[in-house]
Parts: sequence; C-alpha cells; structure tokens
Amino acid sequence: MAFAAFSHGGGGGKKVAAPVSKGSGKVALLLLLPGLMYLAVFFIAPLFSLIATSLQTMDISSGFPVYNYGFEVSNYVNVVSQYGPQIFRSFFYALIATIAALIISYPLAYFIGVKARRWPLLQGLMLTLVIAPFFISFLLRTFAWKQIFSNESWIVTGLQSIGFLQPDQYLVGTPFMVIFGLTYNFIPFMTLPLYTTLERLDVRYLEAGADLYANPRKTFIKVTLPLSMPGIVSGTLLTFIPIAGDYVNASGLFLGSTETSMLGNVVESKFLKSYEYPTASALSVILMGAILFLVTMYVRKSGTDDLL
Amino acid sequence: MATEFVARGADLELVGIRKEFPGFTAIEDLDLHIPAGEFFALLGPSGCGKTTTLRLVAGLDEPTKGKILIGGKDVTETKAYQRPVNTVFQSYALFPHMSVLENVAFGLKQRKIDDPMTKAQASLDLVELGHLALRRPAQLSGGQQQRVALARALVNRPSLLLLDEPLGALDLKLRRQMQIELKAIQMEVGLTFLHVTHDQEEAMDMADTVAVMNKGRIEQMGSPEKLYDRPKTVFVSKFLGQSNLFVGKVEEENASSISINVAGNKITVPKDRAEKHKGTIAVGVRPEKAFFHEEKPKLGAGHNLIGPGEIIDIRFTGVSNQYLIEIPNVGNVTVFAQNIGKSPVTELGAKVWVSWKVEHAFGLSDLPTNTGTETVTQSITVQ
Repeated sequence: MAFAAFSHGGGGGKKVAAPVSKGSGKVALLLLLPGLMYLAVFFIAPLFSLIATSLQTMDISSGFPVYNYGFEVSNYVNVVSQYGPQIFRSFFYALIATIAALIISYPLAYFIGVKARRWPLLQGLMLTLVIAPFFISFLLRTFAWKQIFSNESWIVTGLQSIGFLQPDQYLVGTPFMVIFGLTYNFIPFMTLPLYTTLERLDVRYLEAGADLYANPRKTFIKVTLPLSMPGIVSGTLLTFIPIAGDYVNASGLFLGSTETSMLGNVVESKFLKSYEYPTASALSVILMGAILFLVTMYVRKSGTDDLL
Repeated sequence: MATEFVARGADLELVGIRKEFPGFTAIEDLDLHIPAGEFFALLGPSGCGKTTTLRLVAGLDEPTKGKILIGGKDVTETKAYQRPVNTVFQSYALFPHMSVLENVAFGLKQRKIDDPMTKAQASLDLVELGHLALRRPAQLSGGQQQRVALARALVNRPSLLLLDEPLGALDLKLRRQMQIELKAIQMEVGLTFLHVTHDQEEAMDMADTVAVMNKGRIEQMGSPEKLYDRPKTVFVSKFLGQSNLFVGKVEEENASSISINVAGNKITVPKDRAEKHKGTIAVGVRPEKAFFHEEKPKLGAGHNLIGPGEIIDIRFTGVSNQYLIEIPNVGNVTVFAQNIGKSPVTELGAKVWVSWKVEHAFGLSDLPTNTGTETVTQSITVQ
C-alpha cells in the first residue's frame, strides 16, 4: 500500500503519472499528517495567541497593570501613532539594505556561477567564503564592526581628518552604520539564491543575444537580467523579510542608537523590558501584515509566476 | 557597419585561420572562400572543427591566427554583435522569457529597424508559424522551435546565415521536410548559407558545395556529385557514402590508365581519376557501381574483375540488397543490387565474381589504416 504513494515520483524517469488509485489519497494524507500537526501546534496556535494578545485590554484597578483578553482595537491605533517612525525606518532600512545587497551580490554571484564555471574548485572555494562568516556568531561579527568603526578607530579619525566627517561626527549610531550592518549580515542570503539561478544560466542565450546585434550591455538588460529574475526575487525576499524584523544591528548595544531604532527594537523592549505585551504583539502583527502585503505585491508585480 | 539592412548575401573568406584551445588545436590553417548566394556545407564528424569554424565566423570565438572577411571587409577584430551574420543554433537558443514574436523581433529592435513587429510577423508567416506568434518557445514542438530559430535569423536579412546542425534534433520525416523548406527559403531570399553538419546525406542533398572537414583541416571540397564520384582521400571516400578500397602496387602503366596488383587480381584505374600513379596506392569503387556474376563473365578491357568469392552476408534495405562478398586474399567487398525484381542471387555461400567499369574506379592519395571501424566496406590485401 505504502509503496503506491511513492510510485509516482519513484524511479526518477519521465514516466507518465499512473492514475491515482483510491488508496493512495489516504496514504498521502497520512504522510502529511505529522507536518500538518506541526504547523497547527507551532504556527497556527501561536499566531492566534499573538493576535489575541494584541487585542488585550489593560486593567490597572488593582494598582499594577493586568492584561485581560478583550477586543481592544485601539492598541493598534496607539501603536501606529506612537511608533510610526520606527515602522517607517524598518521598511526604509530594509529597502536600502536589500538594494545594496543586490548590487553587491549580483556581480559576485555572476562571477561564481557563470565565469568560474570552468574551475569548479574556485567555485567551491568562493561559495565557502560567502558562507564562511556564518561560522562566527552573528553577534560577534556585528560587534566587531562596531569596533572597526568605533569613534577612536583610524577609519573614523581618518574620515574626520580629510573632512568627510565633522570633528564631532561619528559613524556608530548613524543610519548609515545600521544599514551597513544589515547589508553585511544578510548578503549571503542574497548571494546564494542568485548563485543558484545564475549557475544554471545557459550562456548560449547570451551568445544568441550577441548574434542578434545586442551589445553586452543590452544583452545583460534584455536577456541575463530577465533570466535571473527567479534568483533576484527569492534573494530580495530572503533579505528584505528578516531585515525588516531585525533588531540587533539597529540596537544601541551594537551599531545603532535610539535615533535608528527599528520595529524589532520596540518589540524587544516592550516584550522583555516593560512587559507591554499587547503593544508588542500589535507591532508584531503589523510587521507581519505589512511584509505579507508587500511581498504579495512584489511577487505579483515582478511576474515571476511563469519563471519560478 | 552591421546595421545596414542588406537583402543580398555576401561572400565569406577565411584566410589562414588557426584556432588553438588549451591542449589541442581545433583548426589548423584553414583557407576557405564561399561565393555570395551559395549554399555551402561544412561536413565532418564531431570534433573535426566544423562548429569551431562556425563560431569563429559568427564572432563567438576569436581565431588564434588568420583573417575573416565578409563581403570583402575584414571583420576579424569585430565582436559578434557587430557582424552582419546570424546563426541558427543547434540548441535554437530561443529566449524562454519572450514570446515567439518577441524572439523574432529581437534583432530588428536591437538595430532600431522600423516596424520590427510587422517584419517579425511576416517572417513567422514565411515559416508558417504566424498563428503561434504569441506563444512561448517552450510551448512549441522541436520542429516549430527550429523554424522560429530560422525566422529569427532570417528576418535580419544577414549577409551570411550560419546553420549549426539545426536539424539534428528532429526526427527523420520532419528533417526531410525542413531540408526542403530550408533549401526553398535559401533560393527565395538569395542569402549565403553556411551549413555545418555531420549528416552526409543532408549535406549532399542541400548544398551547392560541400567541404569535408577532418581533424581541423579541409580534406576535399567540391560539388556533392564530384565529391561522391571522385573522392581523393580515404576519409572522404568513407565519410561520404561507402567505398570498397583495394590496396596494391602499381605494376602496369599506359597512356591513360594504371593497374595495381591485388593478390594476383589486376585492378585498373584511369590516370585522370587517380591521385598517385606510382608505388602502393589505394583504389576504390562505390558498392552500387559494382556487380557480381555467378559465372566468370567475359568482359572487355574496360572492366575490372575479381573473384571468385563467396557471399557471406545479405542485408535487405528496401530499395536495394547489400551483399557482402568475401574474396580470398583480397578481403570483403560490398555490392549493392537494386531491388528491381531480378536480383541476381540471393542465397548465402554462392560463388561469385565481382566486376565494375574501370571508369568508375578512383585512386586515392593516401592509404587506409586498419584502425577504421567500417571494415565491412573496406577491402585490404593481406600481404
């Protein structure tokens, strides 16, 4: 019985799928069950819990705040009016960092995936180097950047001496530094999907472009870029989404300051420091909803349906 | 330069072309001239350098040495996109993210030619695919994709159209149909076609001139009829159709012919059909020009006769029977007999003599090596 469930994909050949037998539907459902249960317990339930928390009402009649389940929609209104700048910053920084990561990653991924094809060893080495930063803790690396760009570092004093920075201007705590850190930390998530797509890029299309009078620039715009859209879309999603929710880079302990705090920093402080759960939950729901909306719009707009 | 919209073919000239890749030489010293408007086929086995030659002409690779002239202009230093040349790629290389129509209009748009869409549609109509203009290439069959690739190249009216085994992926029936269409289009538009193929039938069928290429050199060039009738090297005699080859020392010579001795059999070849007149030479004859006889025939001086031998294999191929005859001390000889209802003998083991007209024999410039795989069609004296 169970074999029947595997028989369609089994063998890996170009076999025409056999008609689905009556039993295999049940087997498939049975096999899906653990996954569905996992999703129900660890995703659907917490999601509802989060939404319920975000709608809790605060009761201070007993002298200290107590939260009761309710339907306090004003939580959302308060959050948006109070933390508008942080919400905007989250998406603005995420946008800039994603674009920067794309601009840095594309040539790199192109080199590894297309130009280095003839040398698999070089390819492997370069891919390892792309992933290598992950061998060291994310926090340590971010902190290292804080050291490198610290107020007494030769980079900052150098920039001050050539007049690029004023004598009382520093880098740590500025939006530039936060965006720099975000870009740096998430570049591998951009490079790897781009590499996977470009690695499969058939260079014969590029030759056809050249044969049809398109100069290298035109060939890139008309052929290479559209053909690498799947990688660009998944790369930008894999960087944009986590960056929008990131709180490490923008935190005052690392590269940011109160001037740069993002949505994640507010959620962190409300959850862990001031215990304002409804506020923190409402912010999380807003972040999730906004990302969902933006991603849907983006995927639709980029028309990747028939490319993916 | 590449942007002019020419409607006539140009001639192609390769002067002393050499192409080296790390580790091997793909082309050594190639000189070639293809007159404007000709259908030229470059024929050879895989790895002979024919596709490399095509890529050099297209500008996709650079020659190590030598010059490429198209219509008298030296284009050696120019890039692919600057050359008035279009290619129908073996893989078709149709852009998967564009519709068929956009694919065909691509070259016109790059050159900023007026009304690219109308011209592209007309070109698609020419290959009878106008109704599929809005489909994606992946939605078409192999034969349709091939025609789109052809339309995409032809619409640009290139001085020179390069065809890189474009029919290779098609089945036999479609292939025949496309060969006919391709030839008709070439006659209609009058462009110069350079067709690279390993299919000798295709080359002979379509081309005005065929160049047989082997190991980076052109072995022989000429009209298909001439190449078939009078191959000059062992390679050409075998690659273009089949041949029976006999090796022997020249023992007799008169004003018009020479004769070699093959294990006591005298085989004569006209002097003007032999590359060499002295020493040990190879003489060949095509299997369909040879006949066999059940009794030793009385033939005049105009014939070669060897035998007796024994029929060791008979293959029925429809239009003809192919007989393999083993002649002691000479080797195996293949004879094709047309199936016209009076086939001479059909049983295995029959004792027969093989004859052919002296004027059908040809003398080659080199000798066969025993490493050839087609030993069936090759008869070498065991000495």
